[in-house]
Amino acid sequence: MRRGLSPFNMVSLAFGLAFLYLPIAILIIYSFNASRLVTVWGGWSLRWYAALIDDSAMLEALWTSLRIAVTSATAATVLGTLAALSLTRYRRFAGRTLFSGMVYAPLVMPEVITGLSLLLLFVALGIDRGFWTVSIAHTTLTMCFVTVIVQSRLATFERSLEEAAMDLGATPLATFRLVTLPLIAPAIAAGWMLAFTLSLDDLVIASFTTGPGATTLPIRIYSEVRLGVKPEINAICTLLIAAVTIGIVTASLIGKRRAARVARGAQG
Amino acid sequence: MSDTPQHENGRARAASGARLVALAPYLWLLLFFLVPFVIVLRISVSQPVVAQPPYLPLLDLTQGLSGIASFVSHLTVETYALLFTDVIYMFSYFKSVTVAAISTALLLVVGFPIAYAMARAPRRAQPVLVMLIILPFWTSFLIRIYAWINILQRDGLLNDVLLALGIVSQPLVWLSTDTAIYIGIVYSYLPFMVLPLYAALEKQDESLLEAAADLGCRRWQAFWLVTVPLAMRGVFAGALLCFIPVTGEFVIPDLLGGSDSMMIGQTLWVEFFGNRDWPVAAALAVVLIAVLVMPLTLYERMQQREIEGRR
Repeated sequence: MRRGLSPFNMVSLAFGLAFLYLPIAILIIYSFNASRLVTVWGGWSLRWYAALIDDSAMLEALWTSLRIAVTSATAATVLGTLAALSLTRYRRFAGRTLFSGMVYAPLVMPEVITGLSLLLLFVALGIDRGFWTVSIAHTTLTMCFVTVIVQSRLATFERSLEEAAMDLGATPLATFRLVTLPLIAPAIAAGWMLAFTLSLDDLVIASFTTGPGATTLPIRIYSEVRLGVKPEINAICTLLIAAVTIGIVTASLIGKRRAARVARGAQG
Repeated sequence: MSDTPQHENGRARAASGARLVALAPYLWLLLFFLVPFVIVLRISVSQPVVAQPPYLPLLDLTQGLSGIASFVSHLTVETYALLFTDVIYMFSYFKSVTVAAISTALLLVVGFPIAYAMARAPRRAQPVLVMLIILPFWTSFLIRIYAWINILQRDGLLNDVLLALGIVSQPLVWLSTDTAIYIGIVYSYLPFMVLPLYAALEKQDESLLEAAADLGCRRWQAFWLVTVPLAMRGVFAGALLCFIPVTGEFVIPDLLGGSDSMMIGQTLWVEFFGNRDWPVAAALAVVLIAVLVMPLTLYERMQQREIEGRR
């Protein structure tokens, strides 16, 4: 690709980034609006954040969502990593095509279908719906994302390192723990974070698979948003955006420092 | 490589251990991804009963073959007959596929210049640009759609700006229109289009363009004859990543669109939560999968080749 930006390239980039970020910026700014009318600017204020603290239903929904996200992201990371290992290491096994199909399909499958089919399964099995059914549903969806991330890391991975460890007498388990795992750890961490965010974000699948007492944050926000724009919603959205941004920036800083340390180690 | 028997032994043991390891995710997906589809299929051919299992007919395995025969003979395709004769359902599918096709085209038009500019940016700036495109994807989908309600409502910012600039004299209706749906979709799915395009464009060899120039190609000719054909992989990847989920999209048309015509995701939602007609909801899902089978198969092949091709 020829380097160097033409004026047209600059304009496309500027417009693209403005399109992506302006709506979010506007939402954040209006969360600090003193006026109850969302469209009239009444000066800066934190009153909607104060109002949030009294909104126990919203806080409870946030707590439910966080617990579901941690549970499902952890289960999804274990299952997804195992799936990635078996897909990369075993070129042939009975039902491999079916397996890889089941791994890739949920990534793009419309959520209404995944949600409906899981709900009908839970009903058929006679399982009470609530925290665990949503966690299972989210694990199923997000493990596929983890698989793809870990799999692409494994694809560029030097098998000879593992072979060297084995030749030096390491057991398969020790090889995995001492060689494979540290090398794919960043991909596993990225997979966990993505799974966590996707679970925290999901409305449709959670709506189908939830039951009484397990209202997640998106379900709560959705039912409020349907009634119209409210400044409190802007406030909680801003807090979520801040949390995600801090998480990502921290993760990338840790990643950078790690890379720098590895680079120094290689020089020294 | 000369494998001692001991090594082979160890590797064989590792292999069988790993087979067991592969089993856990396999079983999980069988139980929570494949089996549910079988249940959806089965309920879609059940007698309509409102929101309450058991669905008739019941499968009685204790009666052996005659039980199975009686089960099969009582299955009904009535629900499907209803789907194909009722205009509402057919219109819903048609609307979904149309919206998905138009959105995919719009995404290509909006996404290509961005991806192209990213690929031409200085090497050092590229990871930052990729990060900037991905970052909004990490913030909640629902929040991003909600942000647009703020902007598109009658006394929202878009109308304020248009009125202030004197482009319109009356506030326009944006919310609850198809335009709002397209804006929401293009906004939400943009990273899914830009990133595959960028990946395809970024890999292209600069010398190909130089060769084209040496052979007398003008810049725009070289663009159409070299850059675009080589980017086709990315175009297909991006188009599939957008088209398939948009067809079943629920949140965007529900929050930004009007109530007059529904996309299939909304119809399914209403049948399920509103009318509590589970057989119809299940049949709608089955037909939607049938509509998406071809793009889904293409996508699955592409994913597999993409990841395994890197080895």
